[in-house]
Amino acid sequence: MARFRPSPYLGSHMARIVLKRLAQGLFIVWLTTTITFFLVHAAPGEPFAEMLTDPRMTNEMREANRARYGLDQPVFAQYLQYVRSVAGGDFGHSFTHQRPVMSVLADALPRTLLLMGTAIIIGFAAGILLGTLQGARVGGWFDRITGSVAVLFTALPDFWLALLAVMVFAGTWLPVSGFSTPTLSPTASVVTRGSDVLRHLVLPAGTLAILISAMVSRYQRAALIDVLPSPWLRTARAKGLSRRPVVFRHALRNALLPIITLAGLSMPALLGGAVFIEVTFSWQGMGSLAVQAVADRDYPVVLAAVILSSTMVVVGAALADLAHAAVNPRQRRA
Amino acid sequence: MPNATPVSMALDGAPVPAGSVSPGRIASFLRRDPAFAAAAITLFVVAVAGILAPVLAPYDPAQLIDASARAQPPSAEHWLGTDPLNRDLLSRILYGARISLGISLVAVTLATIVGTAWGAAAGYAGGWVDALLMRIVDAGLAIPRILLLLSVVAFWGRLTIPAIVLLLGMTGWFAASRLARDSVRATREQDFVLAARATGASPARVLVRHILPHAMTPMLVAATLGVGQVIVVEAGLSFLGYGVAPPAATWGGLIRDGREVIATAWWMSVFPGLALAITVLAINVLGDRLRAAMGGTQVPAP
Repeated sequence: MARFRPSPYLGSHMARIVLKRLAQGLFIVWLTTTITFFLVHAAPGEPFAEMLTDPRMTNEMREANRARYGLDQPVFAQYLQYVRSVAGGDFGHSFTHQRPVMSVLADALPRTLLLMGTAIIIGFAAGILLGTLQGARVGGWFDRITGSVAVLFTALPDFWLALLAVMVFAGTWLPVSGFSTPTLSPTASVVTRGSDVLRHLVLPAGTLAILISAMVSRYQRAALIDVLPSPWLRTARAKGLSRRPVVFRHALRNALLPIITLAGLSMPALLGGAVFIEVTFSWQGMGSLAVQAVADRDYPVVLAAVILSSTMVVVGAALADLAHAAVNPRQRRA
Repeated sequence: MPNATPVSMALDGAPVPAGSVSPGRIASFLRRDPAFAAAAITLFVVAVAGILAPVLAPYDPAQLIDASARAQPPSAEHWLGTDPLNRDLLSRILYGARISLGISLVAVTLATIVGTAWGAAAGYAGGWVDALLMRIVDAGLAIPRILLLLSVVAFWGRLTIPAIVLLLGMTGWFAASRLARDSVRATREQDFVLAARATGASPARVLVRHILPHAMTPMLVAATLGVGQVIVVEAGLSFLGYGVAPPAATWGGLIRDGREVIATAWWMSVFPGLALAITVLAINVLGDRLRAAMGGTQVPAP
């Protein structure tokens, strides 16, 4: 990327953006948590449904169990208690996993971050490259063929594409299910275990990356088409620069601005997509965890998943804002 | 006349104000743009298939034809094969079109109405009301929709179709409210609005008759693309097992059925998925062209 000189106002302006963003972000996370809390608690069913119908349970045991998880309290008291403990960093105790939610999350979150991180990096890199090549020669054979394929892929539901991948690759050397080989000895070397995880990562991350790159390439193409007729690009060409550096150095840098915004704003969609990819490939990350927790009525895990995903959304949007300000000098002076 | 314009120019290249659609313009789009024509025809066929499902379907989608024969591959009698309960897949897909499209159309209509009201109220009021209403929208946009839906659907148990429509509608209006709000903010201080106010029109009348018509173009495009999105979201819910009650099935529910037998009956997940993908693709092309025809930029929808 080309150099830019940081303006003397950059520091304080950035600090103001960060502070404002932090306050807004906290508010949004609190609101989503509160809405979800009352939604799940207002629902007619209740946790431990199986346990409650178990004939071996006495009424006293049921009451004791409810009391243990604070479910005998009025909903609003439960809410205050919950907010207090979350503020202290405690997400409660999982009903089904029988251990602190934090330790459940500690297992699942890194897997989701690995899956999403890989898919986002590959997907955005491929999408930006594709979109730039398409936008540089609109209507050419490359643009027409890859553009049509990209439009097709933006219409494919993630879980269906994942299902097709499972169908095609089942029985091949690429595993279609799970996070690692269960029979692999835990004493195996780090290299062996690492490459095993990577092998399991190929299909889920690949499927997600293909869908991301299809979407990104459409935006990148449109952004480049918007930028290319600019007078300063004509000037660059008039100075004698050939087409390639003009497209790849000058135009691309400006066309990246909307893509940065897109990256920040597409966080909810990416998280939603990851849920389906994880479920279809039995990747035991946050998505699978949340879906299972919903099925089991495991309130604390569901709420933690909501808090975590809305935090990721807020952080994604804030990072996009900061990156936007860092790349776009005009915004810094505003 | 120094700047005489040739007649053909005046007819063909006359500047059409952004936001207006004439029949001639649509006709020329159809001729010049085969992708758009294909999308329009596809959607027409899918809509007819859904509406006429009871007439077109070769078999009763819920009835077991022959319990002894199981999941047959595509054949002359069953064009798209049958499921493990030996129900005809083509018939089930046709009925699925009806439920999937129906749910989506009503849910998007609901979402557009709620979003417009919310956004218009925020934009017209301004100040702290605007800030508060839009922060709630931010929060709505910050939860992945599928997670929000799951936490309601799963906890509230098996849902009827109207309940699913209501849920999809109530979780889908956030983006529409942003559009309405921005549009109101942009036109609120313009002269014609001030003039309307000066003549004594009530705020509601100013909003509905003078401000909101200007928001119609982006809202229509968003609603068109929204129909495709909701079809996919509903399919995703069904795929996770929280769809309409059996034996009825949307396309997503059929894909879910297929997932369980994917190793032995590929047709069960492939054909419903194809129906879903073709429909959503056609809707996306339509929305994209609608935006272009109405003078917007050609940025594809997320």
